[in-house]
Amino acid sequence: MADRAAIRAEAARLRDLFEGAGATPVETAILQPAEALLDLYGEDIRARAYVTSDALRGEQMLRPDFTVPVVQMHMAHGAEPACYTYAGEVFRRQEDDPDRANEYLQAGYEVFERTAPEAAEARVFALIFDILRPLGLRAATGDIGLLMAAVEGLRTTDRRKAALRRHLWRPRRFRALMDRYAGRAPVPASRAKLLAQADPMAGAGPVIGLRTREEILSRIKSLQEDAATPPISENEVALIDAILAVRETSDNALERLRDIAVDMPAIRPAVERLARRLEALSARGIAVESLDFEASYGRTQMEYYDGFVFGFYAENRPDLPPVATGGRYDALTRQLGGGREIPAVGGVIRPGLTLQLGGGT
Amino acid sequence: MSLKLGVPSKGRLMEKTFDWFGARGVELGRAGSEREYAGFVQGIDNVELVLLSAGEIPRELAAGRIHLGVTGTDLVREKLGQWDARVEELAELGFGHADLVLAVPTAWVDVNTLDDLDAAAAAFRLRHGFRMRIATKYHRLVREFLRETVADYQLVDSQGATEGTVKNETAEAIADITSTGNTLRANHLKTLDDGLILRSQATLFGVRRAPMDAADRATMRTLTQALGLD
Repeated sequence: MADRAAIRAEAARLRDLFEGAGATPVETAILQPAEALLDLYGEDIRARAYVTSDALRGEQMLRPDFTVPVVQMHMAHGAEPACYTYAGEVFRRQEDDPDRANEYLQAGYEVFERTAPEAAEARVFALIFDILRPLGLRAATGDIGLLMAAVEGLRTTDRRKAALRRHLWRPRRFRALMDRYAGRAPVPASRAKLLAQADPMAGAGPVIGLRTREEILSRIKSLQEDAATPPISENEVALIDAILAVRETSDNALERLRDIAVDMPAIRPAVERLARRLEALSARGIAVESLDFEASYGRTQMEYYDGFVFGFYAENRPDLPPVATGGRYDALTRQLGGGREIPAVGGVIRPGLTLQLGGGT
Repeated sequence: MSLKLGVPSKGRLMEKTFDWFGARGVELGRAGSEREYAGFVQGIDNVELVLLSAGEIPRELAAGRIHLGVTGTDLVREKLGQWDARVEELAELGFGHADLVLAVPTAWVDVNTLDDLDAAAAAFRLRHGFRMRIATKYHRLVREFLRETVADYQLVDSQGATEGTVKNETAEAIADITSTGNTLRANHLKTLDDGLILRSQATLFGVRRAPMDAADRATMRTLTQALGLD
């Protein structure tokens, strides 16, 4: 492990490189109000971040990443377009793996820009690609937008689509819902029994708590409607599976996805975005015929990314976490923007890992 | 040095533990007055009894301040990250049975599985503007249990009278230990069909990497033989 001073110097070097690429350096507080993070990530964030509190400000979290505070800062008083860089510690609670660092440095680069989203994505990716080039890492890429578009395009109810969308980042749950909606998994016995009852509330006992009788009846009604909804067709299930199975070099992946789009026109705009991104990457000197693309990449661990996603890995060191990660997070700016939004894409590098792998000069 | 054995300091859990050891020829007991937390061990030499709150025994085991301890499986799994790398289960003692379960109001006739709870939680958040609250003191276990199935919930801490939180509108659902289910029923709550988080009972735990000298190791061998654990 390199010493802290060396890692700090490497973080400064990376931030200088980002600044040289047009970014404004920014700082954020280490203690972040817990509310925004909890609202965004839900209870899971407590397993991943350190929570502390005082009697005046309530719960605070030790910054688990820079993206959220940088977005908040930009949404509060940023001019457009904007590009920021930062370097500093992030803190991740580790309760299951003592070998994972619970405190490490990140250097990041974030672009907020409305026009030419693919060009902005290529700019972020190519910048990080060039910085990491001496380390000989493997780049992984993906695009959450494809699966989102496929779900939107399903010929089924909005309620089912909304449920699938909520669980896009929980692959097992997503699969279970698809199986249910496709009629592959049996209806749970308790639900079949409920739907067969003339008066489901008979003998239910007193309604206690905030969830009202009307809310219960409303869900029963939606369960009845859902039971009467035809299953998602085998054909559509197969197309979703085909999209998720795409794992090729980027040029071949594009061809494969264009084939799938013939049968599922809803994904065509997302596929054309991928095409424009690959052109923009080529224009920046990235060889897309050797760049890996995996349609299911980024579905775990990266839940605020909703479009292009990427990561850089040391292939001969599978024990190490990714050296760099990033992607597009438009929805995050919408959630934090209080009615406003701006397309955003960014990435972070871990200077502790670049040094460990022999980089840094 | 002596081998330190941690045992719950009061109530049925203490008495049943004393009985379990007594039936195996190791007599444990409290010394002095009712109020004094000191104990004695007879039938084996060099074992020291440490009376502790059952909730503190996992921490004392992990710190290596006691070599053996009797507490519930639920407490060890809740309080120790990577618990099975730090302590080992030497014997299940056959009492203190309790299940950690997820329960919702009986009136929620539409919610019987985790799948239902997830859907109800999503609708609840839209309607009420905050995530459905689950009251518990077992934060780690519940979070881990729900990670792949339920989104849109939040845990609220409840260190006691958890079954009352729904009626009092400080939570919508609870995760708590139950042995007969009577308290749940009395509070108009029901367990989800797939809502069993953990089956717990009083268990004798040993520390995996405890610092022990030769005499302690010999005592440990004698004790485990007496208890029929070898």
